[in-house]
Amino acid sequence: MSTRRHTIALLALAVGMFGFAFTLVPMYRTFCEWTGLNGRAALRAGAAPAAVPEEREVTVQFLAQVANGLPWEFRPVEAQMRVRLGAIATTRFYVRNRARIAVTGQAVPSIAPSTAATHLTKLECFCFSQQRLNAGAAREMPVRFYVDKDLPRQVRTLTLSYTLFQVPDAVRGEAGS
Amino acid sequence: MHTHVEHATARNPFIAFAARWLLTTNHKEIGTLYLWFSFTMFFVAGAMAMVIRAELFQPGLQLVEPNFYNQMVTLHGLIMVFGAVMPAFVGLANWMIPMMIGAPDMALPRINNFSFWVLPFAFTMLLSSLAMEGGAPNFGWTFYAPLSTTYGPPSTDYFVFGVHLMGISSVLGAINIIVTILNLRAPGMKLMQMPLFVWTWLVTAFLLIMAMPVLAGAVTMVLTDRHFGTSFFQAAGGGDPVMFQHIFWFFGHPEVYIMILPGFGIASQVIPTFARKPLFGYRSMVYAVMAIAFLSFVVWGHHMFTTGMPLGAELLFMYTTMAIAIPTGVKVFNWVATLWRGSLTFETPMLFALGFVIMFTIGGFSGLMLALVPADFQYQDTFFVVAHFHYVLYPGAIFGTMAAVYYWLPKWTGNYYDERLGKIHFWAAAIGVNLTFFPMHFAGLAGMPRRVVDYSLQFADFNRISTIGAFILGLTQLLFLYIVIKAIRGGKKATARAWEGAWGLEWTVPSPAPLHTFETPPDLARVREEEAGFGAPAGAGATLR
Repeated sequence: MSTRRHTIALLALAVGMFGFAFTLVPMYRTFCEWTGLNGRAALRAGAAPAAVPEEREVTVQFLAQVANGLPWEFRPVEAQMRVRLGAIATTRFYVRNRARIAVTGQAVPSIAPSTAATHLTKLECFCFSQQRLNAGAAREMPVRFYVDKDLPRQVRTLTLSYTLFQVPDAVRGEAGS
Repeated sequence: MHTHVEHATARNPFIAFAARWLLTTNHKEIGTLYLWFSFTMFFVAGAMAMVIRAELFQPGLQLVEPNFYNQMVTLHGLIMVFGAVMPAFVGLANWMIPMMIGAPDMALPRINNFSFWVLPFAFTMLLSSLAMEGGAPNFGWTFYAPLSTTYGPPSTDYFVFGVHLMGISSVLGAINIIVTILNLRAPGMKLMQMPLFVWTWLVTAFLLIMAMPVLAGAVTMVLTDRHFGTSFFQAAGGGDPVMFQHIFWFFGHPEVYIMILPGFGIASQVIPTFARKPLFGYRSMVYAVMAIAFLSFVVWGHHMFTTGMPLGAELLFMYTTMAIAIPTGVKVFNWVATLWRGSLTFETPMLFALGFVIMFTIGGFSGLMLALVPADFQYQDTFFVVAHFHYVLYPGAIFGTMAAVYYWLPKWTGNYYDERLGKIHFWAAAIGVNLTFFPMHFAGLAGMPRRVVDYSLQFADFNRISTIGAFILGLTQLLFLYIVIKAIRGGKKATARAWEGAWGLEWTVPSPAPLHTFETPPDLARVREEEAGFGAPAGAGATLR
């Protein structure tokens, strides 16, 4: 009977669309990684630079902010630096737990302008893993990175910013991918 | 409305009454239930709008706490969308679609009963949150994360399950409508011979099936983020709050067409009737509805231009959004062309339909302004947006529904409504709508943000006018309620073909329509002959194309 067939097909469509809502999550992630939007490309360690460094230099600025509710002090040790394209640079971020208990944080990076996002590669970063600080503990966290030579000509200044979020105890250990 | 009680036994009359309405599987009775439910929710959410407007009458905090104001804004939006507009259209579909296609009932009558009776539970859950500790949801009907995840009040969980129930109701209702239209048409009625109200509902039902489950997914993610340790929208766990907006608006934009396409269908029934001409450009109307429905799935980004989207995506969403103006323009052109050289009369349904066309078009134009990326950066989150979507929803969806109610009341009740009161209702509502929402354009352009309980002094005049208009508009709907009750209780008797220019199968059954119609399918060839005998113009009526 075609009533029955149509009903089943339409129910399947509805269930499929419910599933589709959840496939939007990996699709969104893949899209962001592919385009370098949203700082997604910057969440994994990249490969070392292939070519010899170039003469061209750019300014890289560092920003650090703490999301609501995380009782931490967080700032870059140096506000900005000049780097040659293709040369590995190292900088550090200072973080201190002002709370009287141990807290876990996760830094989420973002790079502006977005056209430069795929050209800044991090070799080592505290954002690759969660940071757990005991009460009152402080730490300097290194970032090793380079800017590759395919950076668009018009970009002379990049901003690498980090936001530190508190990781609820329920999700500790599974994040930071 | 009907005196016919199927299961009237020697039982207690209250139990018999309750059982009749709880257990009914009749499409007309379920349609009536939907319409009364929608009418009730319309007044509930309307009362909340009055609280909002009263608070905004002058700058400063007068009547309510900011948090309660936010709860009013949230519930007003949710209830108007899911409790008033959508059930009204489903109610009209239930009443009219079987009669317009010559079917004895909906294809899945028990599911039909279930779809309706889920709704009172859904809205009881949602409204009960007002009495809870921490108050009702206060994050706006769009429930952006992290407002609904990290910062949502405890009652957010009731909101989540309420939305799940509303989704189940709409999806089952939509499946029922599609199956009915595909399988129960009178023998010989081709798809391209269906009345436009049926066509617009067929397309709307597909939008519902494809959009509502995505909303259900979004609220499920909010729920698991709140309680089960997931991080869909939490940056700390690797999620992203902006992704919430993508998922929400992937549902949200088709949703706005769900709320307007049946209105397009109603205008396409009413205007030809009172212009006494067949609808101009029937085929292009059908294709335009399909084009709008398709485009509605690829424009969601225009709600998010200021989220830091790349230029390429902004351009793409801007062009797809502006492309919607083309099929919409086709529709407006066809309505105007139907009026051209028609023998026009201005009964109340016609007034509401014309108000619909004119004022919906104003809302469409402000939509075009919002579609422009550079301009949107100024308009985003201002009262200009509020003015825009109220212009497409109030004179669009709600005037459309009112046109339909006046148009089909004689068929439902067997009585004409009071024409003089109907006209007063229209003019008061038309003045009220424009007085309420037109000044909001200016307030928004001048920079007044939306969703605020207090505002700067320079917006005081615009807001005072809006509030006066809103109270006029609210009061006129009490008149509407009175007119409907009066028509149910009596009035000038209507003939089967209640309107001189009305053609189509629903007008071949007596007024009031008996509980069971088309138990044997109509003979389209005979109906065609009869309509021609009554002087139907070539190309008019459901059966004559």
